[in-house]
Amino acid sequence: MIEIRSLRKEYITKKSRVVGVDDVSLTIQKGEIFGIVGYSGAGKSSLIRSINLLERPTKGQVIIDGVDLTKLSGKALRKQRLKIGMIFQHFSLISSKTVFDNVAFALKAAHQSPEAIRKRVLELLEMVGLSDKKDVYPAQLSGGQKQRVGIARALANNPTVLLCDEATSALDPTTTKAILQLLKKINKEFGITIVLITHEMEVVKELCHRVAVMQDGRIIEEGDVYGVFAQPKQALTKQFIESVLDFELPSHLIRESKGSIIKIQFEGQLASEAVLSDLLQEHPVKANILHGKIEYIQNIPLGILIVELTGNTNDIQAALDYINKRTSYVEVIHHA
Amino acid sequence: MLESITAILPDLNKAFLETVYMVGISLAIALILGLPLGVLLFITAKNLFFENTFINSLLGFIVNLVRSIPYIILLVALLPFTKLITGTTIGPIAASVSLSVAAIPFFARIVETSLREIDKGIIEAAIAVGASPWMIIKDVLLAEAKPGIIQGLTLTTISLIGFSAMAGTIGGGGIGDLAIRFGYYRYDNTVMILTIIVLICLVQIIQIIGDKLSYLVDKR
Repeated sequence: MIEIRSLRKEYITKKSRVVGVDDVSLTIQKGEIFGIVGYSGAGKSSLIRSINLLERPTKGQVIIDGVDLTKLSGKALRKQRLKIGMIFQHFSLISSKTVFDNVAFALKAAHQSPEAIRKRVLELLEMVGLSDKKDVYPAQLSGGQKQRVGIARALANNPTVLLCDEATSALDPTTTKAILQLLKKINKEFGITIVLITHEMEVVKELCHRVAVMQDGRIIEEGDVYGVFAQPKQALTKQFIESVLDFELPSHLIRESKGSIIKIQFEGQLASEAVLSDLLQEHPVKANILHGKIEYIQNIPLGILIVELTGNTNDIQAALDYINKRTSYVEVIHHA
Repeated sequence: MLESITAILPDLNKAFLETVYMVGISLAIALILGLPLGVLLFITAKNLFFENTFINSLLGFIVNLVRSIPYIILLVALLPFTKLITGTTIGPIAASVSLSVAAIPFFARIVETSLREIDKGIIEAAIAVGASPWMIIKDVLLAEAKPGIIQGLTLTTISLIGFSAMAGTIGGGGIGDLAIRFGYYRYDNTVMILTIIVLICLVQIIQIIGDKLSYLVDKR
C-alpha cells in the first residue's frame, strides 16, 4: 500500500518559486492499478517521481508498506528502492550494455550472486518475450522492445510497486496495446501495485482500476475508472474523457434538426437492455440514431447513443421522461 | 641529403623514444588522476547525486587556474616541485612532471564534458533501481562516456606531443626538441622537415587509432 500524505513539491529558481505538487494526499491499495492523468505541467511527473524520491518532496510523506521513505537517505533509501520498480517514457537503458547486462544491473544493485543474476535475467527476458535478444544492444531494438527491457529491469528484484512514468507515450498505438497487456499480466500474476501517469485517457481506460485527475499540482477528481468515465464531475475530466468517447456531431446536423437531439448514456447492465425499442413501442415518436457506441471499461459496458426524436412536443417530453427512468443519464443537446 | 638523414637517424631514434617516454608517463598520470577529477567535477555539479557546490567550485577553479597558465611558464614555475619529486630538473622524467600537471586538468575537463552528454534519464533510472554511487559511476557514467573519453585521450596525447617540444628547454629531449635544435638553431632544413614528417605521421596514427577505438566501443 502506498500512502501519500500532504505532499508538496516546490522548485526554487533564482527568481521565483514554482509549485509542482500542491498538498496531494492519496492512498493506493496493494495490487491496484492506479492512473494519474493530467496535461503536461499538471505536476503528475513530479508526483510519481516523489514516490521513489527521485525528487525529494518539500513537505509531506510517502509511506510504502509502512515505511516512510521521506525519512530515509543513502543506503537505507537504496534498499527500499529495490522494492520499487520504475519504467520511463524514453526507456532510459544503458546504451553501452547489452539487454542482458541492463537487466543484470538491477540485480547487481541488490548484491545478487553472478549465478543468481544469470538465472533471474533469463527468467525475466523469457517473461517479457525477449530471450533471443539478450546479447543485443538497446540501439538495435524497437521502442516496444526497449520498454520490455525496461520492464524486465524494473521487475528484477521482485518489487511490490511499479511506477510507470509515461511508459507508453513514445510508442505507437499497437505497441502501446501490447505493453499495456504485459503490464496487466504482471499486475495479475504478481499482484504488483502499479502507479502510472499519462496524458492519454485511453491508457487509463485500458488498464487502470482507479484514476486521479491532476491540474495545477492538485488532484481535482479521483475515483474508480468506470465511475469517472460514466459521471465525470470536473470540466477537465470531461475533456479527457471526450478524448476517448468522442461524440462530436457535424454542426449542420444540429442546425438542420427538426426534432430534439438527446444523448443517452447506458451503464453496466442497462447497456444491454432494449430501451430504445421499448420507447418506440410505447410512445408515438420517431427516433433517428445519429451516433452511438459501447465502450467496455474493465469489461463493464458503457453505452452512449445520440438520438434525434421527432414528434409533437408533449410526446417528446413523455418520451424523455421514460428514457430518464430507464437509463442512467440523459442530456438534451438540442431542443426542437 | 641522404647522408645527413643517415647521420641524424640515431638522434631521431633516441628523440622518438624520449617523446614516447614523456608522453606515455604523463598520459598515464593524466588518466589516473584526471579521470577521477573529471568524474568528481561532474557528479558534484548541480542536481547530481553528489551535488556539492563548494567542492565543485573549488575543483573548477583549480582546473581553470592550471589551464590558464601557458605551458612554457608552467614548466619553469614547477621546477622546484619537479626537483622535489624526481630529484632533478632536467631530462625526460623531469619534463614528465610538468607535462602531467598540464595534462590532468585538460583531460579532466574532457571527461567532464563527455559525462555531461549522457542522457540524464539513464542516470536517473540507475538511481531508481537502487544502485550505489560507485555502481552508477562504473557501470553507467564511465560505460556511457567511454567513446568520448577515448576521444579525449587521443586529444590529450596529441596535445602532449605538442607540449613536449617545449620540454626541450630543460633538456627533456624528444622529437619536437630535435626539430627546434636542428631546424631552428642550426638552419638544418633536412632534419627539420624529417622530424616534422615523423611528427605528422605520429599524430595521424594516434588519431586514427583513437577514432577506431572510440567507434568500436560506441554502441549508441
